[in-house]
Amino acid sequence: MEVAKIENVTRVYTVGKVETHALRGVSLSIDKGEFTALVGPSGSGKTTLLQLIGCLDQPTTGQVFLDGQDVSRLNRDQRADIRRSKIGFVFQFFALIPTLTAYENVEMPLLLAGKSPPERRQRVLQLLESVGLSDRADHRPDQLSGGEQQRVAVARALASGPSLILADEPTANLDTANGEQVMETMMRLNRETGVTFVFATHDPRVVKFARRVVTLQDGRVVNHSAQAKKG
Amino acid sequence: MIQLLKLAFRNLGRNRRRSFFSALAMGMALALLLLMASVIRGEMGDAIDLSIRLQSGHLQVRSATYDEAKTSLQWEDLVENPDQVAAQVASLDPVTVATPRLYASGFVTTRNESAPVRAVGIDPPSEANAPYRDGIREGEFLSPDDREGVLIGWSLAQRLDLSTGDTVSLSVNTSNGEVEEQAFTVRGIYSTGTSGFDGLTVLLPLAKAQAFTGAEDHASSIFVLLKDPAQTDAVIAAIQSPGFEVLTWRDMNELLIQTEQLSSGYMVFFYLIVLGIAATVIVNTQIMSVYERTREIGILSAIGMRGRNVMAIFLTESGMLATGGVLLGLLIGGIVIAYFTRYGLPLAVENFGITGMLLRERIYTQLTVQDTVQLTLMSFLVTVLAGLYPAVLASRMEPVAALRAEK
Repeated sequence: MEVAKIENVTRVYTVGKVETHALRGVSLSIDKGEFTALVGPSGSGKTTLLQLIGCLDQPTTGQVFLDGQDVSRLNRDQRADIRRSKIGFVFQFFALIPTLTAYENVEMPLLLAGKSPPERRQRVLQLLESVGLSDRADHRPDQLSGGEQQRVAVARALASGPSLILADEPTANLDTANGEQVMETMMRLNRETGVTFVFATHDPRVVKFARRVVTLQDGRVVNHSAQAKKG
Repeated sequence: MIQLLKLAFRNLGRNRRRSFFSALAMGMALALLLLMASVIRGEMGDAIDLSIRLQSGHLQVRSATYDEAKTSLQWEDLVENPDQVAAQVASLDPVTVATPRLYASGFVTTRNESAPVRAVGIDPPSEANAPYRDGIREGEFLSPDDREGVLIGWSLAQRLDLSTGDTVSLSVNTSNGEVEEQAFTVRGIYSTGTSGFDGLTVLLPLAKAQAFTGAEDHASSIFVLLKDPAQTDAVIAAIQSPGFEVLTWRDMNELLIQTEQLSSGYMVFFYLIVLGIAATVIVNTQIMSVYERTREIGILSAIGMRGRNVMAIFLTESGMLATGGVLLGLLIGGIVIAYFTRYGLPLAVENFGITGMLLRERIYTQLTVQDTVQLTLMSFLVTVLAGLYPAVLASRMEPVAALRAEK
């Protein structure tokens, strides 16, 4: 079953009179439960593709489907609603709200979804436990290590029960040990919850975790390959 | 909602000093507005109150032909049998006191100097003379049968270097158009706290004033104070009679009331300027905050926060700044105004001429509940509205662009 489908998508950025073709007719299908890496050199279009799948941006041409729904031409609020209900994000930088504790950061998507306080509490505690940070719930981001912050971000991405989690260079700012720990956490959650993970990376140590690798170059998909499961 | 407040509060707490000074700017603006409003209210309210107590009363009953500007002493311009008329007016229930008064223009001469004055014949026992009686600073008050004594205002005594027991020569116009002069003894020196009035007014017993000016059994007017000024119209209806003219305190203080209305008008512009400056500080603070938190706005947007929720966060922060500013303003303004309400604001002007406006030597600020509520609400609203532009700016950020921002 397809979670996301991209059909002949292009994305052109125009700055002044200069046009930059970030994506040049990409088609891709992502099934439920996949653990897929988007790889390619800088400027290949990995981040742009993630942003289009994640409804953060809109394609210049082509269509993006999420759970069968065409999300290519939705307005801002509709895209925000889709992101809230269907997508979770993990960014390269540790994208936590600095004034909120780990608990409150994870709670935020649930607040936006209008969940009741008991529901929120149960879900947040469960998620923090699943990323091994139950004892850090009351810590603010500046009191957490980079790896811990990224695991909080993973917990937050899972909070609203999305069908797809998009991670853009999730280990780029982490050392090897923390990077591996974050990837193992994501993999375990993929296995346990069945949620689909798509992550962009150009780090070979991260690529090895993927069961499918999609290679991009100059805004085009140049290779699909399946890999043996790790662990 | 609680989470929104918590988030907004913590955001303001990130840069406590900046938030404090922004709130303080609004607070100072509100304090300034409250102070100005209370000064104007105190000044104008006092001027009207003084004018009523010292000059006009709530009502005056005069001869229909009396011309105040000429201080006429012609019998046909005066009230005949004033004691009888005053007694009739005083018998009305809403009337506190009604007393005859006789006004004559003249001048006081000492050995070295002279000064123009207005001689006022008063009925010494009348309650209407409380401001003079209570204001005696030297000597004693007049008795009704005193034929040689006068009361001199404090500032006139200062100017002419007079003290109790001194002799002065008082010259006044009389009913037959001549000038009469007589020596009087200064029985006492009074102060109403209004140097303009005190420097120009000499008081003497009504009977002596009538004899001195040739007015005989006449008075310039019946000075009337009411229990409640709102009953003015009812009293006028009860005492209207041919040959008399009844003037209200509004009629007699028209210029003063117009001045008050005018000052209320220009104060609005003053308020707008002050609030405009304070609003600029708030806009600046919030715009800085939006740009500093661009990436966070992108994160919130990425996890599904709608633009209007982002806007709500920034508006809540403006609301909190406004609340803090209002509390600071009420505190600072309250302390300053309480001080000036008690001790007064020194006012080094004498103003008793062109406008006929009586001013105390100090302005005692008066802060009304209405002014406080209106100005507080206005300051609060301006602060929140000032936060509207940065909030809209934040809400319209594209998530992709916001996420790309430098931390």
